[in-house]
Amino acid sequence: MVALSETSKAPGGSGVLDRYGLLQAGLWSLRTGPALILVLLVLVVGFTTPVFLTTRNLGNVFSQTSVIAVLALGQLLVIVTRGIDLSVGATIALSGVVGAIVYEDTGSSVLVIAAILGTGLAVGAVNGLVFVYGRVPHAFIVTLATLSIVRGIALWASDGTLISGMPPIVQTIGGGSINWIPYSIFVVIGLALACFVLTTRMVWGRWLYAVGGNEEAARRASIPTRRVLVTVYVLSGLAAGVGGLITAGLIDAGSPTAGDLAELDSIAAVIIGGAAFAGGRGSVANALVGAFTIGVIRNALNLHNVDAFYQLMAIGLVVLLAVEADVLRRAIEARVQVAQAVRQG
Amino acid sequence: MTTLLDTPMDATRADTPALTLNDAHKRFGAVVALDGISLDVHYGEVLALLGDNGAGKSTLIKCLSGVHRLDSGSVEMDGVPVAIHAPSDARALGVETVYQDLALFDNLRPTDNFYAGRELAGPAWVPRSLRFLKRKRMTESTREVLERLQVSLPDFHTTVGLMSGGQRQAVALSRAAAFAAKVVILDEPTAALGVRESRRVLDLILRLRTENRAVIVVSHAMDHVMEIADRAVVLRRGRKVGELVPSSETYTEIVSLIVGGGE
Repeated sequence: MVALSETSKAPGGSGVLDRYGLLQAGLWSLRTGPALILVLLVLVVGFTTPVFLTTRNLGNVFSQTSVIAVLALGQLLVIVTRGIDLSVGATIALSGVVGAIVYEDTGSSVLVIAAILGTGLAVGAVNGLVFVYGRVPHAFIVTLATLSIVRGIALWASDGTLISGMPPIVQTIGGGSINWIPYSIFVVIGLALACFVLTTRMVWGRWLYAVGGNEEAARRASIPTRRVLVTVYVLSGLAAGVGGLITAGLIDAGSPTAGDLAELDSIAAVIIGGAAFAGGRGSVANALVGAFTIGVIRNALNLHNVDAFYQLMAIGLVVLLAVEADVLRRAIEARVQVAQAVRQG
Repeated sequence: MTTLLDTPMDATRADTPALTLNDAHKRFGAVVALDGISLDVHYGEVLALLGDNGAGKSTLIKCLSGVHRLDSGSVEMDGVPVAIHAPSDARALGVETVYQDLALFDNLRPTDNFYAGRELAGPAWVPRSLRFLKRKRMTESTREVLERLQVSLPDFHTTVGLMSGGQRQAVALSRAAAFAAKVVILDEPTAALGVRESRRVLDLILRLRTENRAVIVVSHAMDHVMEIADRAVVLRRGRKVGELVPSSETYTEIVSLIVGGGE
């Protein structure tokens, strides 16, 4: 809103200024839109459904949303670079299955956690290396392939069945809570803070947005674009590993069907959070807002005993709205450019 | 490398050219792009590089900025032979190039555009990518440079994508000027701009000259060349066919050299 007061000082026709201010205000509301919508959603659901704001239910919301939120953090980095990671859901399954097998064989909780996170890292590394060094035009194809491969390995390694048993520490991370606040939400907070610092305070974050905004220019500016891209997928894989850890702890098992369609949830969260598929845009805070928007909608519909089918449709509708908001933003931005040129004269 | 516009100019440098190119040759397969071109440019001078399409202007500036390598010939800076094999070499030597596409990051603010790939960050013992940005220092020095070059942006914190063509050109030019201790190369700086915006960019180029930079401008806009260039080198089919001072008297001569009327 600062822009509004600044424009009033500039010389020129007042009609243009008003228009410029109006456009700036439009951009501002689109930027803060996701957060406002989430607040509104919480208020509406809170008023219409008293159960919603009870600590027990909020604990549920946090617990159910934590995996989506963790995945969304990784997916955010990927989408900022114009990519997409479809393999995160399958990676949740494989990392859980690998963890369960390691636990059966060794009984060591340290090794189980290392195996789960390591599986995520490995899948991410494969995605990144094949995408970048295999010169594949878009990560969609690569991660679609690894989705299939990884899910296949998870089913093969587990004989298609649930492998029960997770170390107590993993169970606590995934399913435990302090009073009503689940531990998993602390994992989300920790990762989100790390992600925030990485993307906004560190050199790597600048490189990330530079690569997402203009890869060719980034290369010319001697930014190591390939390394940045590989790292993005490795981090998304790691996030999926953390998602796998929480999921395995929650169900106290490694399940080859866990995380089914979780990739879509994470992509939806990032898009609802206002990131652009065209790349270069998106923030940690808004990705979390997107994840919780999905979580709150699901929870509210659950509380009202609405069929899961309708939940799918509702989430889909919200994604469409978010994409349209992005289209609107582009249109406004083009006009700001013109207004800018007119004003300068 | 991170000294912004404040390199002290010693008097002795005035005599020696900032950049000298000797007998440059470059071919792409059977096509001879540069055929024995020599030129120099001094501090505080604007050198126009003229020629029809395919004359070798682009190849020449790409060789000077490290995108292409010369087949033979030498480059000297301040009279000392240098090797320019990559864009980073050119930058390290104080040569910055603004291409027609500007190479801006539309999603970033001017400051981040200025420092992309050369962020000020610390501490030094941490791997470069994990260093913490010195955001305040970068913002302040960017603001200083823009003020000094009299570039007025309506909102300093707006992303470059929201700026007009002239403003974007000004940001790209100031970025090059800020980091080019010696030579700024501009490829068609006014090609995509309207009259008013061209005016601002031309003024900006003249200010670079005042700041004692050596400026090489590739342009088709003859009236702009006439106005800002101290010297013009005309290329034709990879050869230097003329070098003169642009003025109303030499105008027709320059044009005929460009189109090859003398042949």
